Amino acid sequence: MGLMWSQRPVPGSKPGLRMRKTNVQTPMEVTISVYRGHLTKGFADQVPLAGAVVERWYMAPGVRRVPVTEGGLTATLFLPSGPGPFPGLLDLWGGGGKLVEYRAALLASHGFASLALDYLTPQITKETGKMVDNHYFEAAYRFLEQHPQVLGSRIGILGLSFGTSIALKMAVYSQVFKLRCAVCISGSHVQPIEGSVQQIMTSFHNNVDKTRFNMEQQVIWRDLLLPIPADPSLKVEVGRLRCPLLLVVGEDDQNWPAHESAVDVKEMMQRAGNYHLLTVLSYPGAGHLIEPPFTPFARASSYKILGTAPQTLMVLWGGETVAHCRAQEDAWRKTLVFLRENLYGGTNPRATASSHL
Amino acid sequence: MSQTTPSSTMSPDVPPVLSVVPSRALVDEAFRVSVQNLPPGCAVTLHSLHRSEEEDLWEAFGHYVSDQNGSVSLADDFSFGGTYVGKEAMGLLWSMRPVPGSREGLRLRKMNVCTPQLVHISVYDGHAQEGFTERPPLASVLSERWFVAPGVRRVEVREKGVRGTLFIPPGPGPFPGVLDMWGGGGGLVEYRSALLASHGYVSLALQYLTSGELALADVESKFFETAFNIIRFHPLVRPDRIGIFGLCLGAIATNHLAAESSVIKPRCCVCVSGVHICPRGPPLAGTTQLLLLTAHKVRVDENNHEIWRNRILPITGDLAEKIDVGKINCPMLLVNGRDDQNLSTVEAAEDMARMMQAAGKAHLLTTIEYPATGHLIELPYSPHFRATKFMKMDTKEKVMLLWGGQTKPHSDAQEDAWNKILSFLHHHLYSNNPPRAKM
Repeated sequence: MGLMWSQRPVPGSKPGLRMRKTNVQTPMEVTISVYRGHLTKGFADQVPLAGAVVERWYMAPGVRRVPVTEGGLTATLFLPSGPGPFPGLLDLWGGGGKLVEYRAALLASHGFASLALDYLTPQITKETGKMVDNHYFEAAYRFLEQHPQVLGSRIGILGLSFGTSIALKMAVYSQVFKLRCAVCISGSHVQPIEGSVQQIMTSFHNNVDKTRFNMEQQVIWRDLLLPIPADPSLKVEVGRLRCPLLLVVGEDDQNWPAHESAVDVKEMMQRAGNYHLLTVLSYPGAGHLIEPPFTPFARASSYKILGTAPQTLMVLWGGETVAHCRAQEDAWRKTLVFLRENLYGGTNPRATASSHL
Repeated sequence: MSQTTPSSTMSPDVPPVLSVVPSRALVDEAFRVSVQNLPPGCAVTLHSLHRSEEEDLWEAFGHYVSDQNGSVSLADDFSFGGTYVGKEAMGLLWSMRPVPGSREGLRLRKMNVCTPQLVHISVYDGHAQEGFTERPPLASVLSERWFVAPGVRRVEVREKGVRGTLFIPPGPGPFPGVLDMWGGGGGLVEYRSALLASHGYVSLALQYLTSGELALADVESKFFETAFNIIRFHPLVRPDRIGIFGLCLGAIATNHLAAESSVIKPRCCVCVSGVHICPRGPPLAGTTQLLLLTAHKVRVDENNHEIWRNRILPITGDLAEKIDVGKINCPMLLVNGRDDQNLSTVEAAEDMARMMQAAGKAHLLTTIEYPATGHLIELPYSPHFRATKFMKMDTKEKVMLLWGGQTKPHSDAQEDAWNKILSFLHHHLYSNNPPRAKM
């Protein structure tokens, strides 16, 4: 699959690009060609010997895309093909905001009714100027739980980066959330206990002076949460988790101290006696943006900070191409197994059997 | 709703997982169908459903029992009943037939090749024979079956009196070409050309002349040659690598062109369910005349379905009534079914072999015959029709024609023949070796 994952912008492109498909109802079209000789450039000027077109889809046939605005939500529900009912999944992206659908579409293609949720830039925040609070996430959970094609007792959550912070918060502290499992990618449990979204973001901003820059002036934010505090009031009490947790972290994550957080989570859960619920997938050479497999890797890219003074920076995500892309393939496969076992598995959540992959 | 075995206690809390991989594929690609998360030893029915362009419903189903892990895999497990039995990974497609209560004599053919054939694959609790639409399945997946690969271009052709559709593979080319000719049903059938383009051949699906146009005999002799040249002179085609592919009447025309044309030189020919029995001269006009002359030889079976195979029996010794196949100078692949009730292709092929042998051309001929296989040797995994309604081109009369064949061996033949045909075309049109007839 090297022709897919090793893609990068052609020479002369704008710097800091990141490839993400916005419209998931159409495929990504890739032209695969064979040229004579061993070329490194000038492909557009030459006629290939032969070519073929490949379509890469996020939505399997029969998957339904349902925009959701009820309950003040800004979300999109993807339902798998078939009559259902299906296990449900809440899909959360990170600090960049917006409604990002492709992972939820792909998860629905694997049999999970997935709700992609915009929680940083939803309609309600645009109108009121205020960040959402816990009620918003609980409304999203209830929407899934009560949906006629979702199995209300089989709902999980999957979050990346800041989405992890939300996922862990709701898993531990919410009375409404009854999660069957949680997947947290490139995230941390360090945050003010029971803080609102606004409060959590503020706590990060308070450490902004710990921002570093590399030689190319790319932004390194991993130190904002370091060192991992010993004070339990500054971290989600993961010892209170009652469902299996899968942590996926890259050891070269330059954006967030996901690896260090995972180590601390493990210690906390060992002390609390619920360590049997934890599985950690830790990948050397992988960076922050651990995405579904085969899409191109970006070690750094342009990032627009939301807020009162929006600006665009070049943020360093970290990771080395080959190691990161292998990590994405491995992590995705194992994530699907974890979700399948915990959301489709037998009537008793087989916590011991399913959490350790 | 009838079930032959009591349904097992399926816990509603544990949904089974049905997977069809790949869910999007070309029509000649196999898929893997499996079910997981069932209770062990659970009786289930795997079912396929398709609504045709004419709004008829087609279905197939197989009866399975899950293993100790709660899994069923069509590639590994046996079907114990339904429209197919045994270990049949693609049984849900090739054993499809119209649902009970459908119109008689239906044939499944897709006319719009730009959209996929949609097949719903479902798993039901228990071993059911009917009533699938009256209850919800445990799980269901939609499968898309495509005639065109991504990037294949479709071009309507209307020039020099020729009507047809050209399909061009993706890529810079140039490509070998194929002139694709169907049988006597008339109209414009595009799906085989679309699939050939998906395999790398510029392919022209040719629409035959109407009976009015046929009346002008000299129009016909130029007609096929003009069509061939449209391919030959196309900028994306290699002019020295064009083959002809004919079914039934199209195969008769193919034999004629290969033997008689001084204008066009095909590099190889494929004749499926065809013969060389046709009065000398333009093949379409000749065939029409032949049908008129042999009408008295038509028999009917116990269902009143017409058997046409005796029309050309016994194979005539009169050279004026046969295409002079001894003049053929390119490799020929003949594909025939031994249970062809429409055309005596097997007997004709034997005679054709004798004629070519006498002319020193035996090395150019390869004949494949399939047991219990009928006349309509179509694309792999497409359903088998032993008899269907057919509209006679000249009188516009609709009759039920017996094509022959038994479903399972006929379907096996379709799969095997397509592989052999693609291999033959590849060898003669793509390969850089000097042409060798025997595969």
